[in-house]
Amino acid sequence: MEVIASGQGETRLWDIDEVRQWKAEKKSRKLADKVTTEKEAVAAFVHDGDYISYDLSSMVRGPMSLEREIVRQRKKNLWIAAKFTLLDTSILVGGGCVSKIDVGFAGLGKPLFRAIEEGRVKTVDWSNGTLALRHMAGAMGVPYLPTRALGGTDTFKHSGAKQVVDPFTSKVITLVPAVFPDVAIIHVNQCDKYGNARVFGPTISPVETAMASRRVIISTEEIIPTEEIKRNPGLTKIPYYIVDAVVYAPWGGHPGTCPGWYTYDADNLNEFFAAQNDSDMKKYLDKYVYGVHDHFEYLELIGIGKLMKLKEMETIREGYHS
Amino acid sequence: MSAQFTDVEFMICQAARMVEDQSTVFVGYGMPQIAIILAQKLYTPDIVQVYEYGAIGPEVATPFRRNMMADARNSYRSYCWTTMNWMIFNAQAGFIDYGMLGAAQIDPFGNINSTMIGGTYERPGKRFTGSGGGNEVASLCWKTILLMEQEKRRFLPKIDFITSPGYLDGTPGAREKAGLPAGTGPYRVITSKATFDFPPNEKRMRLIAVRDGFSTRDILDEMEFEPLMAGRIDVLQGPKTEELNYLRDVIDPDRVVIGKNRK
Repeated sequence: MEVIASGQGETRLWDIDEVRQWKAEKKSRKLADKVTTEKEAVAAFVHDGDYISYDLSSMVRGPMSLEREIVRQRKKNLWIAAKFTLLDTSILVGGGCVSKIDVGFAGLGKPLFRAIEEGRVKTVDWSNGTLALRHMAGAMGVPYLPTRALGGTDTFKHSGAKQVVDPFTSKVITLVPAVFPDVAIIHVNQCDKYGNARVFGPTISPVETAMASRRVIISTEEIIPTEEIKRNPGLTKIPYYIVDAVVYAPWGGHPGTCPGWYTYDADNLNEFFAAQNDSDMKKYLDKYVYGVHDHFEYLELIGIGKLMKLKEMETIREGYHS
Repeated sequence: MSAQFTDVEFMICQAARMVEDQSTVFVGYGMPQIAIILAQKLYTPDIVQVYEYGAIGPEVATPFRRNMMADARNSYRSYCWTTMNWMIFNAQAGFIDYGMLGAAQIDPFGNINSTMIGGTYERPGKRFTGSGGGNEVASLCWKTILLMEQEKRRFLPKIDFITSPGYLDGTPGAREKAGLPAGTGPYRVITSKATFDFPPNEKRMRLIAVRDGFSTRDILDEMEFEPLMAGRIDVLQGPKTEELNYLRDVIDPDRVVIGKNRK
């Protein structure tokens, strides 16, 4: 195939056979109890310089307890896939953890945009859809997938996509390379201790993200018995052997919502959005991230009264429970 | 007829009247979310809203919450819940009739910018969110409706960054040559003071209607380029009392999107 146009964005590429081999050797098929804490899971599986992908995102069923732990452990030079993002990038950039963002939706908040404007964080622009598609390619174990979006734009020029003449139809088609993240962090509604995981509701790409990644940390609202998984296997989205760690994290998506389970915490989000600069952001992180040792201490800080109120306020429940 | 309304209310009502019942609409973040709720409640009960996060056909619960997409209220009473890749495949395969998007800047060919303004790519003067799902919507839906304030700084001969495609350089077949699906592209630009289309033989923005109380000159004064002019310029009526009541009492009682300052 003849390449007729190439985006100039920096792209991390992986050898698909090397990734495959790694999954054969390093991903155990053993039924092992993988329940651990945020602290241990992040220490074991998130490393400086890693390419990291999350699902869903801060405001909705996001792996917020894991993101806070990454900030707490002061991980550095992460390259993150912002494929449907609201505050995730803001928190991770605010904590000084990020050097590059593959942008679908950059995120929100002045401190984040300032970090990009001042060149402290590099961006590579894609779109939500093409980033999700890159995870699909990773999940499929193929080097790229075609898309009919992206062409003709500056988004294409600054991405790492390429255009070729399709050998079958002779039409121009855009190709996006697979991502194989070093680590995925995914918040789910329920899973068992081995990692068989259920996600309820519409969503971005938890399955693609888990399957594409080398290491997978699942945080979950509830840990349920494997017998319950086996009674309704159609609800399982991610099978256990893809998962490396299971973290019990009730209200793990706070201050965002976990649809059908609890609504978002408007007070806390307003506090977050009020941050106009790095020093405001540091105050927020000092209080809610560095100032507590772990997720359970964080929940104590928010307070059981508030947490139960958020559950009560989530009146729409249909579709989000087994 | 209510005399007082905000620019945002005006745009939302124009957009709500534009889509057809029993059509599929890919809804972008922000203002389009409100417009489509209004459309479904007042005019097009069987419109199928679709969202990039995988909800197909929700009846979005009101009141609307700002900055919220993909929560339980947004996804309420859908026909189908799926994922982002499948949602975009729906558009790519030709199932989605309309896209609706907001933007920061637009050029004569309907290309839009939601990425950055000024400076260089590496050190932008002002950085925005980037495409989100906007590039997919503008690339893959049959007809894209764009919503933006009629302001000089937004209507430019050349925009700082083409985030999502319009008719690119405006030459016939430009989109197809760039790998985009045939027969797609911007359909209308709805602004706070006017409506534009793109005539079939010349893919360039054309003024077709002006808001009641404003002149063609008022519109041109708020643009850095000359649009084509339709042979007949229609008059756009402002929001109806019924529309305003619904917007203010039911959809956005806190006025977080529609705004508080009535003009």
